[in-house]
Amino acid sequence: MEDSLRPALPIRLIVNGVPHQGTVEARTHLVDFLRDNLGLKGARTGCEHGVCGACTLRMDNNIVRGCLVLAIQADGKHVETIEGASDRGNLRELQDAFHARNALQCGFCTAGMLFAAATLIEEQPEASRDDVRQFISGNYCRCTGYQSIVDAICDVLAARRQARGIHP
Amino acid sequence: MKAPAFDYIKARSLDHVFTLLAEHGDEARLLAGGQTLLATLNMRLSEPALLIDINGLENLAGITLQADCLRIGALARHHDIEVSELVARHAPLLSLAAPHVAHRAIRNLGTLGGSLAFADPAAEWPCCAVALDATLVLQSQRGERRVPAGDFFLDLYNTDLRDDELISACEFPLPTAGQRVVFDELARRHGDYAIVGLAIRATLVDTVVHDVRLVFLGTGNIPMRARAAEQALEGRTPDAATIAQAQAQLADELRAQADIYHSATTKLQLACVLLRRLLARLAQPA
Repeated sequence: MEDSLRPALPIRLIVNGVPHQGTVEARTHLVDFLRDNLGLKGARTGCEHGVCGACTLRMDNNIVRGCLVLAIQADGKHVETIEGASDRGNLRELQDAFHARNALQCGFCTAGMLFAAATLIEEQPEASRDDVRQFISGNYCRCTGYQSIVDAICDVLAARRQARGIHP
Repeated sequence: MKAPAFDYIKARSLDHVFTLLAEHGDEARLLAGGQTLLATLNMRLSEPALLIDINGLENLAGITLQADCLRIGALARHHDIEVSELVARHAPLLSLAAPHVAHRAIRNLGTLGGSLAFADPAAEWPCCAVALDATLVLQSQRGERRVPAGDFFLDLYNTDLRDDELISACEFPLPTAGQRVVFDELARRHGDYAIVGLAIRATLVDTVVHDVRLVFLGTGNIPMRARAAEQALEGRTPDAATIAQAQAQLADELRAQADIYHSATTKLQLACVLLRRLLARLAQPA
């Protein structure tokens, strides 16, 4: 069947707190829907088969690969991209630490890196440097060599431990 | 790349799935977590006409303790297994293997049933299912069929699952007294498909191992039981000499296949390394 003959599927979802509805082709990935239909370019399309992590975003508050979810699978769900998470201040500590540590150069991986790191610092507040390296292994960075990214995440973990009265 | 065009239907019930499978046969693929399927579509390694999304079928989800097994629904996500207290208590091998299943964002969506059905030779769940003598529960319009994991994996990406069936659950026998399990794998990057992995299940009496099960992943087309090496260990204390004998058996029986990065010799060497490391870990006090 030609693409044009395939019925477009109705979709309703909430992106960064804003309800959207429209139609999508079944084969459209969530990341492409966000970028091309909604103009949200923060999630990148990198490898498009789940290896690089550049398209990492949140669906119903869990990080997922935007290239391994069909847009239609997000029907009825809450999606958050870096634009939404950044604007509501959800990633501020990490963003400040990335800035202080120079943990990005070209920035292509940064949105995915921040989402992965945010999951880690919420779930594993006692994470060691090795734990950090292991957790972000699903996100490629081709600029920094990772050291500065690991430094930045460890800074946030240490600052949070200190704030809880535990010396790092 | 982008996936080719296909139709998409969100299944309303198991009967709906069976009707669609009957209608479309092998032109249709079931969409569970999609973490492998969508990657293969993006690379255009397969071009199904229809994806049947089974994600809404709640009777395929959930982890429940039964009288004689831990039953894990096919739609249980890798991360559900990773953090489940029931799994940690009643199928601890799965808790050890879960962190190795891809990366966190993928574990949030990928499913047990999808991994078993896809049967990648380097995947963790097929290896663990064979190591634990799990039973796959398969459903179709014809009813339910139960297949031991050891009989389910036939060849590369090839299983006993028929075109009109789906995996509804996998049942893991409860551990017996003294049973120990260990798992590890070697990968170029944590979370990538392993070069070689190993699951060991054994009963430890003092320092002696009994009922030893060794299952490798990444060495052949299906999870690979190393029966001769199991025999070399059976009823013995895994000291250096015994381990060396088991490793010698591996050299004969493993017949590891090279992949694009690693020769068969490298894989055998890494299998021997894993065997030594994991037997040491197995013998450590609980």
